[in-house]
Amino acid sequence: MMIGTDLNTVLPELILAIYAMAALMFAVYFGKDKRANTVFWVTAIVMVVLAVITAIAPAGARTAFNGAFIDDGFARYAKVLMLLASASIILLSKEYLQKNDLLKFEYPILIALATLGMMMMVSAGDLMSLYMGLELQSLALYVVAAFRRDSLRSTEAGLKYFVLGALSSGILLYGASLIYGFSGTTVFTDIASTITGDGLGLGMIFGLVFLCAGLAFKVSAVPFHMWTPDVYEGSPTPVTAFFATAPKVAAACLFARVLHDAFPEAQADWTQIIALLSVLSMFLGAIAAIGQTNIKRLMAYSSIAHMGFALMGLAAGTESGVQALLIYMAIYVVMNIGTFAFILNMERDGHAITDITSLGQYSRVEPARAAALAILMFSLAGIPPLVGFFGKFYVLKAAIDADMAWLAIAGVLASVIGAFYYLRIIYYMYFGDEVDPLTGKMPALHYIALMGAAAVMLFGVINMFGIEGYAAIAAEALLK
Amino acid sequence: MITLEHYLAVAAVLFTIGIFGIFVNRKNVIIILMSIELMLLAVNINFVAFSTHLHDLVGQIFTLFVLTVAAAEAAIGLAILVCFFRNRGTIAVEDVNVMKG
Repeated sequence: MMIGTDLNTVLPELILAIYAMAALMFAVYFGKDKRANTVFWVTAIVMVVLAVITAIAPAGARTAFNGAFIDDGFARYAKVLMLLASASIILLSKEYLQKNDLLKFEYPILIALATLGMMMMVSAGDLMSLYMGLELQSLALYVVAAFRRDSLRSTEAGLKYFVLGALSSGILLYGASLIYGFSGTTVFTDIASTITGDGLGLGMIFGLVFLCAGLAFKVSAVPFHMWTPDVYEGSPTPVTAFFATAPKVAAACLFARVLHDAFPEAQADWTQIIALLSVLSMFLGAIAAIGQTNIKRLMAYSSIAHMGFALMGLAAGTESGVQALLIYMAIYVVMNIGTFAFILNMERDGHAITDITSLGQYSRVEPARAAALAILMFSLAGIPPLVGFFGKFYVLKAAIDADMAWLAIAGVLASVIGAFYYLRIIYYMYFGDEVDPLTGKMPALHYIALMGAAAVMLFGVINMFGIEGYAAIAAEALLK
Repeated sequence: MITLEHYLAVAAVLFTIGIFGIFVNRKNVIIILMSIELMLLAVNINFVAFSTHLHDLVGQIFTLFVLTVAAAEAAIGLAILVCFFRNRGTIAVEDVNVMKG
């Protein structure tokens, strides 16, 4: 009788898992890559349907499997965001993969499995389900990073990602084993109840630090960021777009989940770690990107900096901090989908171009696309009145309210430095030296994604599409 | 008498050897894969030692999960390594350097 309610709670995950396996079988037995087109569309549709199911699920928290799986407002917010992001990336990937002879049916299935892992991660209520979700996501991501298997860059990206990802899993796991040993349980709520007011023991502190280091790898926070630029550069561009969106949401939300659910009493200890990660990420992301001319590497440093800002919300350690983190991630995902819809079509005579100087005077060739990218760049830089500014505003406000004004000041400084390289792209497009124009034709879906994201950044300022309210409910569910 | 501390010390030493194996080794990517396995096995020793110490089965169940995942991880790592070898013709660590960083 219990198993029925448990399975009911994990229904979206169950559907996605069964779908992924069924789709794999279907494609293997009926025509392999000839079916790729169908599998791409059906996977995206399944994800959107699951997002709708998750969004309309009754409010309130449910747990399954003795607390190993939590389905609450926080998890549902993250799941809707990740499912929609993954579905859009699958649809955006299709044209690019087709052009580069990479249209294989495994691609959407791997993305679906990675998404399944992320859904497990944000719903984890136990160190075991945390680890299993994280590994399901990572193993699928290692493979998609090396997806262009006849390319040296792509396989090297896959190899680097694999080695550093496995190292980070090992570190995380060592932390998990220490936490288990010194608290005697792996369930988050039980771990929380073993921590008393007079702080953590030495073993638990070590466990917490190792756990944070492992998770910091996954969100690519400095000083655990070294894989990010290489993996972003080497992977096929649609895969890079995927890396920059859904997995970051999952990792950031998992971070919030573990710290707030398992270590609420130890907040004074972990806010220091998170604040340090946040400051380092923001500054390294802003400064190291200045010398980059490859737009994919640039986006890698940009995502490091953005994760720094998102972690600032977590460092605040308050409900409004978590709300700011969730708002920030939603805005960040939309901006990245739009930007990557543009990057996917940067090509000249059929060759993909990633050099930003090739955008010289782009505004004359394609004024509409250039304007949309300019809006997205202004928004990524956090310039008011675009929506990207409000994302930063919320995290800065959360930091100040939590008496961390120094963190907020560091954030503002880093964002001023970071604005330089976003504005440089706009400079090239409008005032740069004239170069051979890029000739990539934009498929309708990409055009819609680019223009849609730019429109969201412009018109979202009116009411943020109500995201504030949803994030507030989600944050409340996490902190109870 | 072998106590919990002894097991933890062995696990910590193995784990450290694993991490050093990844960073210090300049020769062969296979050695990195072995180091990763070593780290995961060190964690397993930790889990099993805590599990017997606490008289709690969860640690041993966790170990089974870790073993399973480690096998899958090694399979994927080797697959990626084979692809890389086909393109590069070598698996020396210092030749994994097409992209700077």
